[in-house]
Amino acid sequence: MTADVAVLGAGMHPWGKWGRSFVEYGVAAARSALADAGVDWRQVGSIVGADTVRGGYPGYVAGATFAKALGWQGARVTSVYAACASGAQAVQSARAQILAGLADVVLVVGADAAPKGFFRPAGGGRPDDPDWLRFRVLGATNPTYFGLYARRRMAVHGDTLEDFAQVKVKNAAMGALNPNARYRKRVSAREVAAAPVVADPLRLLDICATSDGGAALVLSSMEFARRHGVDRPVRIRAVSTVTPRYPNTVLDLPDIATDAAPAGASTTETFRVSIARAAYEEAGIGPEDLSVAEVYDLSTALELQWYEDLALCGTGEGAKLLRDGATALGGHIPVNVSGGLASFGEAVPAQAIAQVCEITWQLRGEAGDRQVSGASVGITANQGLFGHGSAVIAVR
Amino acid sequence: MVAGWFTGHGDDFRLLGTRCSACAAVFFPREDAHCRNPGCSGGELLEVPLSRRGRVWSYTDSRYRPPSPYVSDPELPWESYALIAVELEYERIVVLGQAVPGVNATDLAVGTEVEVVPGVLCEDAETIWTTWHWRPAEVTR
Ligand SMILES: [Zn+2]
Repeated sequence: MTADVAVLGAGMHPWGKWGRSFVEYGVAAARSALADAGVDWRQVGSIVGADTVRGGYPGYVAGATFAKALGWQGARVTSVYAACASGAQAVQSARAQILAGLADVVLVVGADAAPKGFFRPAGGGRPDDPDWLRFRVLGATNPTYFGLYARRRMAVHGDTLEDFAQVKVKNAAMGALNPNARYRKRVSAREVAAAPVVADPLRLLDICATSDGGAALVLSSMEFARRHGVDRPVRIRAVSTVTPRYPNTVLDLPDIATDAAPAGASTTETFRVSIARAAYEEAGIGPEDLSVAEVYDLSTALELQWYEDLALCGTGEGAKLLRDGATALGGHIPVNVSGGLASFGEAVPAQAIAQVCEITWQLRGEAGDRQVSGASVGITANQGLFGHGSAVIAVR
Repeated sequence: MVAGWFTGHGDDFRLLGTRCSACAAVFFPREDAHCRNPGCSGGELLEVPLSRRGRVWSYTDSRYRPPSPYVSDPELPWESYALIAVELEYERIVVLGQAVPGVNATDLAVGTEVEVVPGVLCEDAETIWTTWHWRPAEVTR
C-alpha cells in the first residue's frame, strides 16, 4: 500500500461540440481546478498534461502547451499519452512525483477537441500499426467492437436489448442533473429502441459520442494540504495502470486476434478484471467498501461488463444488478452518477481525469442533485487502446 | 498489403500464423521478430497454417461506412457487412474477419461453426485486394 496524495481541486470545461481549441478547454478546466483548490498557479511545482494531437503539428505536447497558456512560471513538465487511459497516467505521474518528493503541488490537465463521427487512425499507409490495420483490412470501427462484446453478453449471460437500453435511461437521467454534461435530456427505453442500429445489436443511443471537453485536478502532498488549511481532503489511495497478462484471450480494441489459449488452460483473469483488482489491492479496499463508481461506458453493454469486472456482482449478474436498481442514484452502488460517457461523450485525454473530478465532488458532498448520500469511497475504471489499464480509488 | 497472412485457393485456403519452436505459442497476425510469451526465452518463429474451422465467438455488423483507411466507393450506397470473431478449434485463438458477402448478422449465432475462405476486400483499376472471409460451414455441407 502506498501513501495518499490529496485532491485539493477539481475543475472542468463543460463538454459539447464547441468548435474551439483543446488548449482553451484545458486552460478553463485548469483555472477552475486551481480556484477550487485555492492555489495560485505560481505555487504549482509540476504540471502533467494528458496528450492530444495538435492540429497540423505532429506532436503530443499537452503539458507545455497548457503551461505556456497559463503563463510560463518554470514548473517541471510532463506529457503522457495512453489513449483513453492518458488521464489516469497523468494522475499516476503526478502522484509519483509528489510521493517521491519532487513536487508538493501538481496540476493535472487533459482536454480535447474530438473529430465528428468515428474515431479513425492517422493518415498514410501504416501497416505496422494494429489500429490502422483493423480499419484497412476489416473496416472494424470502435462501435463494431462494442457490438461484438454486446452480442457475446447476450449469448453467454442472456442480456437483452432492453437491459442495454436501461443503462442509457439510467445514465441520461443522471446526466440531466450535471451542468458539465453535454447531453442533459432524459432518454426513454423507447427512444433507444427507435434509434438506428450502428453495430448489431447496438443502436446509436447505446454508443457514446465524440466530444470536446476538458478536466483538471490539483494534487498535493498530505503535508502541503495540512499547511494549506485542508484537514480532511479527498485522498487518492490507488492508481492502477496495469497491462494485460499473456495469454490475453479476450478480443480487445484494436486487435484483429487474441493470443492463443494454451491447451488445457481454463479461463484466466481478464484484463479488465485485473485493472480493478490491482486498484483494490493497492488501496486495501474491496468492492464491498465502495460508495460510488465511474466506469467507462463506451457502450451501454460495456457498462454491465464493468459491474462484473469491478466485482460489484458475480459474472453474468450485471444486468440483474442494473434491473434491481443497485447502480442507480439511491441504489447501494450508484454507477456513473455523472451521467457517464453516455452523457459526456469522449474527449479522450480528459475522460479519466473527469472521472476523478466526479468522484472528488461526490466524496466532498458537493455533487448537487446527483449526490450519493454519505459517499466515502469511490473508484473509476477505464481502459486505453493497446493494453493501457486505468483505475483510481479515492477516499475521504 | 498484409503479406504472409494467408495462402492458397479454394479448399486449400489457410490463414498463416507463426509458432514458437521453444514454447509452441501460436501467433496471428504472425510474429516474426519475438515470441510474446513472457515465460519464454525465445525460439525460432516458424510459419504455420491455422485451423480452417472454428466457432463464432461473437459477431456484429457495420451499418455505417467505416472511415479511411477502409476502402469503399463513396459513389455507391453503403451496404453493411457482418464481422465475425471466430475461435479456432485447435489453436483456441479468436480471429476477427468479415463474413462472406450475403451473410448478415441475422444469419449468425454464437457457437455456429464457420470456415475460412478467400475473399475480395476491394478492387481498383490496377489491383484486386484479397483477404479472408468467414463462411458458415453448413452453407457448403
Ligand atoms: Zn516462445
